[in-house]
Amino acid sequence: MPDSAVLDIMTPSVGGQGAPDPLSMRLGTLPQGGATTAARADALARLRAMGLPRPRDEYWRYTDPAPFTDATVAAQAVDPAAGDPPLFSDVDRLRIVFLDGRFDAAASDDLTLSGISILPLSQAQAEAGHWIAGAYGRLEAAGQSPVPRPFAALNTAAATDGVVIHVTGRAAKPVQILYRRADAAADVVCHHVLRLDPGAELTLLESGLVGARGNLVIEADLATGARLHHIAALRAGHPRVSLTHLFARLGEGALLKSFSLSVDGAHMRSEAVIDMAADDAVAHVAGAMLGDGRQVHHDDTVFITHAGLRGESRQVFKKVLKNGATGVFQGKILVRPGAQKTDGYQISQALLLDEASQFLAKPELEIYADDVKCSHGSTTGAIDETALFYLRSRGVPRERAVVLLVLSFLADALAEIDDEGLRERIAERLEDWLNTRPAAVG
Amino acid sequence: MAALDMPELEVREGVDRETIETVASMGSYKYGWDTEIEMDYAPKGVSEDIVRLISQRNEEPEWMTEWRLAAFRRWQTMAEPRWAMLNYPEIDYQDQYYYARPKSMAVKPKSLDEVDPKLLATYEKLGIPLREQAILAGIEGAVGTPAEGRRVAVDAVFDSVSVGTTFQAELARAGVIFCSISEAIRNHPELVRKYLGSVVPQSDNYFATLNSAVFSDGSFVYIPPGVRCPMELSTYFRINAENTGQFERTLIIADKGSYVSYLEGCTAPKRDVAQLHAAVVEIVVLEDAEVKYSTVQNWYPGDEQGRGGIYNFVTKRADCREARAKVMWTQVETGSAITWKYPSCILRGDESQGEFYSIAITNNAQQADTGTKMIHLGKNTRSRIVSKGISAGRAQNTYRGLVTMHPRATNSRNYTQCDSLLIGDKCGAHTVPYIEVKNTSSRVEHEATTSKVDEDQLFYCRARGMDEEEAVALVVNGFCRDVLQALPMEFAMEAQSLVAISLEGSVG
Repeated sequence: MPDSAVLDIMTPSVGGQGAPDPLSMRLGTLPQGGATTAARADALARLRAMGLPRPRDEYWRYTDPAPFTDATVAAQAVDPAAGDPPLFSDVDRLRIVFLDGRFDAAASDDLTLSGISILPLSQAQAEAGHWIAGAYGRLEAAGQSPVPRPFAALNTAAATDGVVIHVTGRAAKPVQILYRRADAAADVVCHHVLRLDPGAELTLLESGLVGARGNLVIEADLATGARLHHIAALRAGHPRVSLTHLFARLGEGALLKSFSLSVDGAHMRSEAVIDMAADDAVAHVAGAMLGDGRQVHHDDTVFITHAGLRGESRQVFKKVLKNGATGVFQGKILVRPGAQKTDGYQISQALLLDEASQFLAKPELEIYADDVKCSHGSTTGAIDETALFYLRSRGVPRERAVVLLVLSFLADALAEIDDEGLRERIAERLEDWLNTRPAAVG
Repeated sequence: MAALDMPELEVREGVDRETIETVASMGSYKYGWDTEIEMDYAPKGVSEDIVRLISQRNEEPEWMTEWRLAAFRRWQTMAEPRWAMLNYPEIDYQDQYYYARPKSMAVKPKSLDEVDPKLLATYEKLGIPLREQAILAGIEGAVGTPAEGRRVAVDAVFDSVSVGTTFQAELARAGVIFCSISEAIRNHPELVRKYLGSVVPQSDNYFATLNSAVFSDGSFVYIPPGVRCPMELSTYFRINAENTGQFERTLIIADKGSYVSYLEGCTAPKRDVAQLHAAVVEIVVLEDAEVKYSTVQNWYPGDEQGRGGIYNFVTKRADCREARAKVMWTQVETGSAITWKYPSCILRGDESQGEFYSIAITNNAQQADTGTKMIHLGKNTRSRIVSKGISAGRAQNTYRGLVTMHPRATNSRNYTQCDSLLIGDKCGAHTVPYIEVKNTSSRVEHEATTSKVDEDQLFYCRARGMDEEEAVALVVNGFCRDVLQALPMEFAMEAQSLVAISLEGSVG
């Protein structure tokens, strides 16, 4: 199929004259797709069929989609000195660097690693017969039902780059996707595809600054017994607009652990769509979030579908909100008929540190099998004055006591990181952040 | 207890016999007979003419007719909501009657003695005493010991009209007004005008707006300041006519410092064609007043294949308008093919309280999407939600609820507990809570479980020498009692016989 096919579909089918429709405006010029051209055209057709979300859509009840649908994005000054020092810099890992959403070969490490093959999407799709042709956009397409996720389809259609990883054994060390930015107005669309063979294992780290606006998609296909550990910790101190989707399909006995750390930012939504069709799969999705300021809006939206036997899923989300920050959690466990012995657990908790902040939650269960154990809990409240009093009566200054209580509040989410070293680094990062900005919580 | 006659119900090992039998007995609907009686119908369908006709039949003043017409015009611009987890064929709103009145009611009887004996016999057969000396043995014919000396005033609604209201004179001596809403519109227009639509506005939602246009009757209650209503009040709704929708409207006003307990029951004959029921209940609770509203909803649920049954689209809302007002909704939902019902509390007054206790049982092809809304607007407000959903056959049972803490509602509390039990593997149980917290001093806790009896409680019982079954029975007893105890005694007996369901065997 010629590359121009994508552009043909872009032409609005109705009207034809006058100003282009908002979707075409949002899409702008689409990149050439190579081996992914057909998948991109399909995604565009999906997107056209579902349209962009409107504020009244139920799935966007608590998060305004406008910052993601706007044709242009406000520039955010690039100040390399601002924000925190790079994360994971002392971890032995393989770095894959993206500058303004494009693979930066010079800044990246050598992509050769035992047990794993890595290619930038831009190169993989240029290779005739690369497996990416059949895999690209497939889990995203499957994840469009029962709830449409238009921005993920948009990403599949419009991604400028990404990374394509095939894990055949146990990856020798963690792989880090590091985002950097130089262009103040960078509107980044990256699409990563992971394929884990039976028994393969990978730790994937994501960090850095994506762009003024970021739309990231990860598709992770885990074969029987494969294990994927994913930690996303994008840098603080930047009013970013970001939307991420993780689509994962778990084979029999496969394990997925995904953790995200989010500090400040502006308008963020992070979706995880997990398909547990095979038996004995385990998926844990967790997040810790700190938001300070009225501009901060952070939404975790999780949709876990159990169709296999004895599946185990956990959702653990903790948010600390101050000075008018808004936290959102939409979590769903769907247990299909026959998915017996499912163990589904979901907890969403918010700590509101002042009267101006808010937490909006919709923790949902939809269950069609009887022999299951599913529960969810959601609590919202202020810092426990009794605990604070206890610490202060033992000589801990108020500011320090608050930091300790916030850390202990977040601990359950951090506990979902298996690797002790990585967990400690995240904990240290949080503590540093709290200590250097005590006003944000105290 | 009825024999097990549900070949389609697949039961997992370990679910105890009582549970199975209770669920099975629900298949045999006891109130499915009909009364042969001559009826006057308005022409089929709904239009401005029909709205005017209903208003005219009720001898309403001009303002009321206009109020209805405004609602009808609004309704025509609205779309039927489809967000609930309910699957039902398109409703043809023009293919049913909106007004059906027994011929004998053409001239409103002055007293119950003048009421057509057939109508009285209908209520007698339902176990509803329409004679003032009668002692209630339990609403809906529940078997059990009569509650000595307890009296309940009844407003009996048959299709579109109120047949009669008992104990009116005695209640009047206490200053309580208890009558049909059509009488209230004629005799107490100042109260109706002030409060009707003040809790559920005409434009509230599709079904409430339709109700505002076409409601034919319903009950009206006014409890004056400082009065504790001397007896329980109740309304019994009976749908009898075929292809007829019932649209009743209830308005309860509890003035400062008053108290009333209100019961609602409902049944309908077995018909192959589904029938629409779209009611509105508005409750206004003023300073220090308290209202308890209890429902045992036992509309015809349709047959095993899902043919017929009542489509129950109900808007119930209480407005705790002033300080320390208190409202308690208790519902036992066992009937209806489709249930769409969210009794809600607006906690406007400081320190006001709202409670919602619900047991929803669905079987065969029944579908229920029910829950509550607790809107905290005032300071130091409290709410509590306890919901138990039980699903069997191919039924779908959804709890849908909203708890919202507004910025001004400081130091408020909510506790929500939703539990679901599935019996068999072809049914579904769903929980869709919305939690919105907009201030820090409030505390909101939400818990939902599907299937499990608390392990710690079991362990505690077992550590004290009980065997597993006794322990489960004890825990389950306590577990369901939250809701059952909230019911007035008359209803508790009936409800218990419907809900003698143990969670045993669902422990996964």
